[in-house]
Amino acid sequence: MFEYAPAPESRSVVDIAPSYGLFINGTFEAPGSTGGVFKTVNPATEEVLAEVSAAGSEDVDRAVAAARSAFGPWSALPGAERAKYLFRIARIIQERSRELAVLESLDNGKPIKESRDVDLPLVAAHFFYYAGWADKLEYAGFGASPRPIGVAAQVIPWNFPLLMLAWKIAPALATGNTVVLKPAETTPLTALFFADICRQADLPPGVVNIITGAGETGRTLVEHPGVDKVAFTGSTEVGRQIARSVAGTGKRLTLELGGKAANIVFDDAPIDQAVEGIVNGIFFNQGHVCCAGSRLLVQESAYDEVMESLKRRMATLRLGDPLDKNTDIGAINSAEQLERIRVLTDAGSQEGAERWSPPCELPAQGFWFAPTIFTGVTQAHRIAREEIFGPVLSVLTFRTPAEAIEKANNTPYGLSAGIWSEKGSLILAVADKLRAGVIWANTFNKFDPTSPFGGYKESGYGREGGRHGLEAYLG
Amino acid sequence: MKAADTAWRHTLAKKPPAVTAPAAPVRLGVRKTYKLFIGGKFPRSESGRTYLVNGDNVALASRKDARDAVVAARAAQPKWAGATAYNRGQVLYRIAEMLESRRDEFAAQGVPVAEVEAAVDRWVWYAGWADKIAQVHGGANPVAGPFFNISAPEPTGVVAVVAPASFLGLVSVIAPAIVTGNTVVVLAAGPQAAVTLAEVIATSDVPGGVVNILTGNAAETAPWLASHDDVNAIDLAGVTDLELATELERAAAGNLKRVLRPGDPENDFTADPGLKPMVALLETKTVWHPKGF
Repeated sequence: MFEYAPAPESRSVVDIAPSYGLFINGTFEAPGSTGGVFKTVNPATEEVLAEVSAAGSEDVDRAVAAARSAFGPWSALPGAERAKYLFRIARIIQERSRELAVLESLDNGKPIKESRDVDLPLVAAHFFYYAGWADKLEYAGFGASPRPIGVAAQVIPWNFPLLMLAWKIAPALATGNTVVLKPAETTPLTALFFADICRQADLPPGVVNIITGAGETGRTLVEHPGVDKVAFTGSTEVGRQIARSVAGTGKRLTLELGGKAANIVFDDAPIDQAVEGIVNGIFFNQGHVCCAGSRLLVQESAYDEVMESLKRRMATLRLGDPLDKNTDIGAINSAEQLERIRVLTDAGSQEGAERWSPPCELPAQGFWFAPTIFTGVTQAHRIAREEIFGPVLSVLTFRTPAEAIEKANNTPYGLSAGIWSEKGSLILAVADKLRAGVIWANTFNKFDPTSPFGGYKESGYGREGGRHGLEAYLG
Repeated sequence: MKAADTAWRHTLAKKPPAVTAPAAPVRLGVRKTYKLFIGGKFPRSESGRTYLVNGDNVALASRKDARDAVVAARAAQPKWAGATAYNRGQVLYRIAEMLESRRDEFAAQGVPVAEVEAAVDRWVWYAGWADKIAQVHGGANPVAGPFFNISAPEPTGVVAVVAPASFLGLVSVIAPAIVTGNTVVVLAAGPQAAVTLAEVIATSDVPGGVVNILTGNAAETAPWLASHDDVNAIDLAGVTDLELATELERAAAGNLKRVLRPGDPENDFTADPGLKPMVALLETKTVWHPKGF
């Protein structure tokens, strides 16, 4: 095995203030608010990065009111003018992408090579893509004169903080809506930097409002009577609560929730590529991915070969400093998430599955979890049913394509799935029968602004990305 | 003519009439029993209950009937969705044919002829969508990489429908759901016309279970469908009580059903429905595959 010298990305490109206020009506308010303050930490070191304001109900009122008064003029702007604001934002993101990538890795714990090469390019691309739609909406297939909905309340998770912000804000603004967005409690910083980008772009005040806080702030925002549209990405449990709270209000709702994706490997698959796909599927972003390929279904006849190759590959994964350019696996986002992963993996062992991890030294500070696989998993095991949201893979086997399809679909979720085979007709037939919104065949975890993303069943409803992504923001 | 000339007929005709014979009796009509439509069959309500509507005893569906209908709809769904779009279009067109031939029957039940004709035309309109909606609502995505990437619509699954009161409304909520491969459990408002529509559907090569129609009190049965974990979507088009609509929407959140909220009660079903009724009951599946040598 190679030895690697440390290759840390420089932190000096980011200037984090000691404290941040809410971004309402185009200005950063003084730090501290009616909901108090909280600290955001670097999960790799537990170092406090900044103190952030928790928006209380009066703050939410002000943010929604700002978005409301901005809605009229913003929606009345010619689409071509709205487009130029979004193009401008996209350009500034590109210019500041290294800064934002480093900040994302600091606040989230994800490896810099992911934030730099995946998150940030996709964020900029998303704004570019939807910028171009702003003056073409009448051609989008949603009627001759599609109208915006109004004020959108958007609540996003901590796994891809800035990318999820882009998925929410870009289509909302392109279609003429105004937004109040709440980033996740543990990863508020890139959203606050985005607020600064809005200011740099001279975006009219109130079009984008960023309020920070925890679950209570999110609930207050979603339930606010001044909101016309709710968009949420996060857990299925919270999604259910939101769907209940929205009932009877007439608010439009889209939900992008959990998953328990099957990654199906047939015995005629290119094994080396499949193993890369399996590793990418579950260890990308520490497995903090709603569409992660967390259930590996291997055809029995290829089982030994796949497992041997997978274990060999896992032994080369480098876990450690997220800012190191050689790091494959960064920090778990929070102590709370680490605890959840521990509870579920302990349940896996207790229920009789066999646990394996490569030799992997964990740093003394911060939140870490070694890449782990469970074999001998049955469909009844909790680790085969529940979303772990960590670097933990449950391995099951199958004999026939019909059995693979049945097992893959045996879940209340339906966000994504993977298929590995060299036989085109098999791939297409299996892809047809999988009940999931995104199917990756001979690849995994690929994203693009033009490509609609979203779930079947309890993985939520609505699509983000592509032409389909406009629908959620048009009346 | 030849038969009339036979000796036998001749003999009969020549028989002297009986002196006390009554006038020829008026033929007694055969009435129709209005039952439920579940899994392609017409069962009575499991509960044994009926209610009177314009002098007819109509089956009053129960919770058990609703659940049976969901089982039938679920069983029929994969095969119906797996049928070719061309085939589904043919079947829907066949419904239009059968409905056209029964216009008088619906008219006798009080459905205006113009409305029956509009319903026939609506089936024809949707029949044509079967093999076109995927081209309008899906397509290739030009991703920034060497990948084949395509999005195509797929049916959501089993759809519960609280149907609007009008006959055209009933057809206008069933047709867009099933044309794309969903199967439906319909809580009908006007029971006689709905059951007669079920007879049309039963004679139109629609596989059993694709359309299930329950008559009775929607306020009683709808909550069981709204909270049913094997129902994927609920269309509240016919719910007029907004409190009930809210309760149903809340119950539907349990398994994150797609909810189509009640329409305007003044909803004009004669207007062009657009794509929304179909699209609301579709999922989008996006498939990626690398390109390379």
